[in-house]
Amino acid sequence: MDFTLGERSDIFREEARAFLAEAFTPEVKETMHETGVHHNWDFHKALVEKGWLAPGWPVEYGGQGRDPMEMLAFSEEFQRAGAPTYGVGTTIMVSSILRHLGTEEQKQEFLPRALRGEIIIVLGFTEPESGSDVAAAQTRAVRDGDEWIINGQKMFTTNAQEGDYAFMLTRTNPDVPKHQGLTTFLVPLRQEGVEIQAVRTLSGERTNLTFYNDVRVPDAMRIGEVDGGWDVMTVGLTFERSGAQGGESIRLLEEMEEWVLSAHDDDGNPRREDPDVLARLGKAAAENEVSSLMGRRSAWVHDTGGMPGVEGSMGKLFSSEALTRQSGDFVDLLGADGIRSQGDPSAIQGGAADYAFRFALGATTYGGTSEVQRNIIAQRGLGLPRAK
Amino acid sequence: MDLNPTAEQDQLIDAFSSLYTKESSTERVRAAEPLGFDEELWDHLKEIGALEMAVDESSGGWGATMLDLSLVAEQHGRALGAAPLFESQVALRLLARLGEPAKELLRASLAGEALTTVALHGPTNGSLKMVPAGAIADRVIFLDGDKICVGGTSQRVIIENLGSMPVADVSLGGDVEVISTGAQARDAFEMLFDEWFLLLANALVGIGERSIEIGVDYVKERKAFGVPIGSFQAISHGLADAATAMDGSKLLSREAAWSADVMPERTRELAALAFGFSTESAREASYRALHYHGGYGFMLEYDIQLFFRRAKAWPALYGEPSKSFARAESERLKKIESGV
Repeated sequence: MDFTLGERSDIFREEARAFLAEAFTPEVKETMHETGVHHNWDFHKALVEKGWLAPGWPVEYGGQGRDPMEMLAFSEEFQRAGAPTYGVGTTIMVSSILRHLGTEEQKQEFLPRALRGEIIIVLGFTEPESGSDVAAAQTRAVRDGDEWIINGQKMFTTNAQEGDYAFMLTRTNPDVPKHQGLTTFLVPLRQEGVEIQAVRTLSGERTNLTFYNDVRVPDAMRIGEVDGGWDVMTVGLTFERSGAQGGESIRLLEEMEEWVLSAHDDDGNPRREDPDVLARLGKAAAENEVSSLMGRRSAWVHDTGGMPGVEGSMGKLFSSEALTRQSGDFVDLLGADGIRSQGDPSAIQGGAADYAFRFALGATTYGGTSEVQRNIIAQRGLGLPRAK
Repeated sequence: MDLNPTAEQDQLIDAFSSLYTKESSTERVRAAEPLGFDEELWDHLKEIGALEMAVDESSGGWGATMLDLSLVAEQHGRALGAAPLFESQVALRLLARLGEPAKELLRASLAGEALTTVALHGPTNGSLKMVPAGAIADRVIFLDGDKICVGGTSQRVIIENLGSMPVADVSLGGDVEVISTGAQARDAFEMLFDEWFLLLANALVGIGERSIEIGVDYVKERKAFGVPIGSFQAISHGLADAATAMDGSKLLSREAAWSADVMPERTRELAALAFGFSTESAREASYRALHYHGGYGFMLEYDIQLFFRRAKAWPALYGEPSKSFARAESERLKKIESGV
């Protein structure tokens, strides 16, 4: 057995750290917090200059051919830093789908632009009436000659205001079982009929509700077969859950450890000498080590030719639930000071615990709720029968 | 990264797993209760080399790594082995570290002439409380302030307990011998705790994983309202959470054991984290598996209660998980302050 990621990963990790120290500036951080937008064009351009939008891609597609273990080290560093990567994340995820399932024309048209950092692609799966049951999407696409006309609404279309295209799941046939009547499109966002409404979240992040009224999309922008959207989604979702885990928790614990080294209770006793305080930080350290090991294991499964399905779900479930538990516990641990808001100058460690407490609520939902992950683990991992 | 055991490690696992299948069935585990000592199993374990493997060749053993010992510990946990494997192994390793003054006791212990155990808590009022294997050991090693001492066990009271472990309170007599003092003694004993944590953490992985298997098998078979109860999310989600935590325990406990041989600077922290995390996870896994048996889980006849009691009792000999979490955190803070 060997728990190290290997020398190539160590070197790439150092390069990622050096890059972050330079490109993830206090200004970028401040803009993120002020706007709630986890995409930053300056930072994005800096990534492009390094050739790092998709370093794991083959060289002929504009990547660097990095292996899954190198990519794991890379994404661990970006997560831990809290860098603004939502835009690049969704863009590359959709580009990966195009690389595997797109037509030659689509690859020529979109992949070079995506990797040059010229376009941002956002996700349009969730709707006001469907989340976990993603195949229940109702947004309609109706054929009109060489075009399709799209009508409907998409929820949590994060970064739509920055984006050029939405990768959208639509209903093309309402008369067949729900999984068989879906089709995916790349829908240009900057056109008439598209309306973007900002949605504010508990952690200050901005996301969107987007409306599509008679939006026209050429058939050339269809990804996969007509009514074959579920196959496309299956490929897309497997890209989503493997990778680094627990970055947010690791950063939170670092803040708490910095705090405890100089904190005193009301009677002037050093808090670091209180076994209860130490135990609570230590428990978080155990959970963080587990999250990180689960992320690494998924990368290893991928690296050795496997598909980290159940492993990816376990990592996602565990790390997001651990963050929920820890952040709540740390707000408690700080007492009344724990509820001073992030951004308030008096907040302890910049309000890291308050921020994580809010942020965690999203973490257990996006990319598949904890309940969806538990279904996957129970059915595919433990072999339990499906719920009727 | 490679999370698979090596071919040699697979052989080791197979050898012990076959031994436990034959010599530690749940019938045998029950038969050994309440004392919790199966002498025949213990003889087989000694025969296969369970003692010798714990120490280096220079000390008369064959020098297995902490990871090897931990993989065996996992099998011991799966089978709820009623034998003083961990106590003996960490005692032998401690004696080996202490060198000359402990040489004779090490020889006698390795040869099986004296069953030597360790106390996890120092003496209070001349007595060692809840000594693991104290009910069957000949000698007990303990830390008294900054002295490592060895005493006899003739003045003992056997304590019936939740885990059906051969535990005793041992009154110290006139035969106590000091074998190490000062910083060396303290360091050596601290390391004993690290090693105890590693073996227990991995044993708890075995207990917890086996508990989940038993629970999963049961909920696939048992029907209520016309369907297998495992199809209810109220049940399947509980098992999914428990399986996820056990999976994490296994990764963490193996990493901690691996570190002892490869990056020992991380072992004190990782061993204590693994012990605390495995304790909580195995407790929860065995609880859920028992509870999903309904009323049957409450009956002595079903095996799950054997696992549930030991998941709680084995680690309790040291103390609650928060104690080891605090130990790990102290270690982390020390490193942060020294800029490591």
